[in-house]
Amino acid sequence: MKKTYLNEFHANNGGQMVDFAGWEMPVNYGSQISEHKEVRENVGIFDVSHMAVFDFAGSRQVEFLKHLLPNDVNKILDSTRALYSPLLNDEGMILDDLIVYHLGDENFRIISNCGTRDQNNAWFTKVALNFDVAMDFKQEASIIALQGPKAKQHLGEMFDIDLEPFHIQTLDDVMIARTGYTGEVGFEIISNASRGLELWNHFIEKGIKPVGLAARDTLRLEAGFNLYGSDMTIENHPYESNLGWTIDMSNDARDFIGKSALLDLQSDSKKLVGFHTDARGVLRSGTEIYFDGGSGVVTSGTWSPTFGKNIGLCRVDSNHPDTGNAKLRDKEINLHFCETNFLKYLK
Amino acid sequence: MADIPNNLKFLESHEWAREEDDGSVTVGISDHAQSLLGDIVFVELPEVGSEVNKQDDVAVVESVKAASDVYTPLSGEVLEVNEMLADRPEVINSSPYGDGWFFKIKPNNIEELSELLDNEAYQELSEN
Repeated sequence: MKKTYLNEFHANNGGQMVDFAGWEMPVNYGSQISEHKEVRENVGIFDVSHMAVFDFAGSRQVEFLKHLLPNDVNKILDSTRALYSPLLNDEGMILDDLIVYHLGDENFRIISNCGTRDQNNAWFTKVALNFDVAMDFKQEASIIALQGPKAKQHLGEMFDIDLEPFHIQTLDDVMIARTGYTGEVGFEIISNASRGLELWNHFIEKGIKPVGLAARDTLRLEAGFNLYGSDMTIENHPYESNLGWTIDMSNDARDFIGKSALLDLQSDSKKLVGFHTDARGVLRSGTEIYFDGGSGVVTSGTWSPTFGKNIGLCRVDSNHPDTGNAKLRDKEINLHFCETNFLKYLK
Repeated sequence: MADIPNNLKFLESHEWAREEDDGSVTVGISDHAQSLLGDIVFVELPEVGSEVNKQDDVAVVESVKAASDVYTPLSGEVLEVNEMLADRPEVINSSPYGDGWFFKIKPNNIEELSELLDNEAYQELSEN
């Protein structure tokens, strides 16, 4: 199995190690619920160095990215910023989701999911060739996510920066982005492994708790963020994945991969929505949902540590009413559909 | 790992049974089981008064990660269930052999206890 440079730390600090897409990663350090709450109420750090970092070079990077991605990098050219986008194939189906960073002077970095590393490496390489863009697929990168209401304060002790959401700044080869996957104020800090180890150890010495992948999943689900492979796959297009807002059709002249397929699509038959229920149990991924005149399926379901009940995302026929039903251990239960950001909806 | 008390017997599916002084048998899940499940958030317990047969699935334990059936190690009548678990299921994580017990049964045949794994055999099983 592949390991991040922090593998030894995790193993020596109670990390329960699991195989995550070929990487040995900590799923928790004892209790995923405590870790989850620590991030919501205080601050936590995550090792997400298993994610894929691609740096690009060449004078035609803007042109390349305008073709590669359905969201338009024009939106981030004015400053050093980050932009979320899905990655589509020619059929308009979702290959992955990612963040593209404008590092300044029209130089860019992409960070994408771990499970799609090899696919994206091949895909980007092929597309980049047409634009004479060179690519460096980083093999030893460190990505530390510092997330929670106290993240700003802790980062401020190390770096003299003040970032708006989705803005980035690079200081001494350390890129800091005000991004995250938890719904809290937070930062993702990208550097080489040796600098990463210094930062990680500093945060640990400050008493900040490490957080495993299990809490990362419940945190992102409460915030209504899709997980690639669960809430959207290559079988889904963006409009049925709550990602219509990332498909930028404003420039008729821009031809991005998947655009013509999306223009031909009947896009409104299904959608991804949230659900919650007070039933005692958890509706998990794959559970069927039904209601008068339609149906759906749970794509992610969990017990929410913040709200103390079952929440999740489901893909349903767009004509759904306010409530639906599902079977949980042979019992019929009632659930309520809602918007995907539970932190706003249920608070 | 918490030390396993000596007076427990086990099913291979990780339930423990303990004979009490009054002849009843208390049932719960092992420390190994709670550790595999992770943070426990719901429990469904059998009905008091119901008759259960050895290895029936009579309860459900659900963690953030997964739901799992709980089998009864002995046949008999359910005398009592641990009501505290409805509000505080996390006690199973913190005290699997103590406050985290699931239910008590009046066994039909206490000899069934001897068919279960002893401490050593269970420990060997859960380590492999």
